[in-house]
Amino acid sequence: MDISVIVSDALRSGIGPIAAVYALAAMGLNLHFGYTGLLNFGQVGFMLVGGYGLAVTVATWGGPLWLGILAGLASAVVLALLLGLPTLRLRADYLAITTIAAGETLRLFYRSSWAEPVTGGVFGLQRFANEFYALSPIPRGTYGVWLVRFSARDLWVLTVGWTLVAVTGVLLALLVRSPWGRVVRAIREDETAARSLGKNVYACKMQSLVIGGVIGAAAGMLQAIQVQSVNPDSFDPAVTFFLYTLLVLGGAGRILGPVVGSVLFWFVLTFLDSALRQAIDAGYVSPELISTSEVGAVRFALVGLALILLVTFRPQGILGSRKEMLLSGR
Amino acid sequence: MAADQASSGRTPGTAAGPGGTAATGRLAGVAPEPGVRKPDPLLVMDQVTRSFGGITAVRVGHLEVQRGTITALIGPNGAGKTTLFNVVSGFDRAAGGRWWFDGHPLTGRPAHRVARRGLVRTFQLTRTLARLTVLENLKLAATGQRGERLLPALLPPLWRGQERQIEERADEMLERFRLGPLRDDHAGTLSGGQRKLLELARALMARPVMVLLDEPVAGVNPALTQSLLGHITELRDEGLTVCFVEHDMDVVMGISDWVAVMADGRLVAEGPPHTIGRNPAVVDAYLGRRHDEPEATEEE
Repeated sequence: MDISVIVSDALRSGIGPIAAVYALAAMGLNLHFGYTGLLNFGQVGFMLVGGYGLAVTVATWGGPLWLGILAGLASAVVLALLLGLPTLRLRADYLAITTIAAGETLRLFYRSSWAEPVTGGVFGLQRFANEFYALSPIPRGTYGVWLVRFSARDLWVLTVGWTLVAVTGVLLALLVRSPWGRVVRAIREDETAARSLGKNVYACKMQSLVIGGVIGAAAGMLQAIQVQSVNPDSFDPAVTFFLYTLLVLGGAGRILGPVVGSVLFWFVLTFLDSALRQAIDAGYVSPELISTSEVGAVRFALVGLALILLVTFRPQGILGSRKEMLLSGR
Repeated sequence: MAADQASSGRTPGTAAGPGGTAATGRLAGVAPEPGVRKPDPLLVMDQVTRSFGGITAVRVGHLEVQRGTITALIGPNGAGKTTLFNVVSGFDRAAGGRWWFDGHPLTGRPAHRVARRGLVRTFQLTRTLARLTVLENLKLAATGQRGERLLPALLPPLWRGQERQIEERADEMLERFRLGPLRDDHAGTLSGGQRKLLELARALMARPVMVLLDEPVAGVNPALTQSLLGHITELRDEGLTVCFVEHDMDVVMGISDWVAVMADGRLVAEGPPHTIGRNPAVVDAYLGRRHDEPEATEEE
């Protein structure tokens, strides 16, 4: 059993491109859920339209990368408007119902044989990000310190990814600390009170939904670029729940909550995965108890257990304040 | 406690002083009958109806609220007072009728537009924003904030000056309502009475022309009640128009310049506070109709 391999795997996952993708998507969700109080259970849908917007523009229609990015972001705006227009005037539950259904509907729609000429159906689309990798200033080779090493390709993706996270974080911090952010947080607390003070609650919720959705789409594009492929089944509803998991883990309603949550989530998940495999290989755990092929499921069971403990003992997440969480308006 | 005050003749609003007489003076000569026209009405409601299923909760023929006065809206539970507030303030949809504020039609306007016009309401159950600080609660209410628009929000220099002015006003308001020590506490930690104070202060931050207060002193201890009532009369003397729903008769008699009585969704009586208790329609509304008196039954 090699501890250094376990730590190396876990660290690489915790700061790798996928952690950046989830951090970014969760930042959008944080604006919805943590600041505005919008129950969006379909964040994966925004990631999907973002990823496909890029992939379809480049791979199917032969457009340039920048146009693909614009298409991805525009798709997210359209999706947010479609979801928000009918539901944001209603109670919070309706947005939750609509978004969870929309996310799944989009996945089934994009994978349908009817859409196959454009979206590639169940096969998805591949190799649409060459232009992105051609932009990389990093020469071939592997880079890293101590146990953590990345290929030049991954290093480029994760640099862009974490830069995007940083820029988004700064913009969101500016927004939520502004009077606009105050209105949005007031809506989270009690939208009737906000309306009674002359705030256009509907418009503010819509703005929040669009911005958070666009951030989700950017995450979807980053994910598509990282694997050079989009496949409808990588956008299943579980992604949204992982996003909620790491948001709660890090602390909802905190700018750095999703970042801390994502890094920790992927670190722990990969740590468990790697440690279990190593333990089975080394004979510490009998293969009859857990076989290598079952590790994937077991690690999620352990993550689930960790979450139950977290919600019991630290429901506010790592960065949240318990005192604040227990307050209510009445 | 309240009963003691009533028996000793010292009703809460006697502290209002000469301002009270000035405000009542504006209503001198107005006939005490339901739907009567006022010399300078700020809020005018006409044929306002609202029904829930088969039940008509509100059908007010005509009601005017005089500018610069404190008007109490009273009536037994279920009379439709809060529903009328909800309709007028844009939180509920009327089945029919029209209403105007300061000469502008408000019929069917959404709540936030009503508030921006200068008609700001509070709620029976306080709606403080728990995880915002007391200061933030107040600053939120300021109107016309540049930083509330999305793009300027990203550029603090565009709104920082205005924000500073708003904060100064908020601090004055905290001072006035003696909430200063709670300035940076989360509003969710406040007591019931403090929340009522905060809600009134917050409504004032919106620079209203008129406030609709839904049971402003319900559940508040006697000392804080006195302070709240003092604030309300003071605001009236500064020119604010106040209309409030209240069940406590000492409060109503003490601070109001005019009383409107609702029962079963209708406006059944109006008049100065000292005469309203003798009005047979009001006695009927509260105690039920007296069948031994022929005049009372004739009205229906």
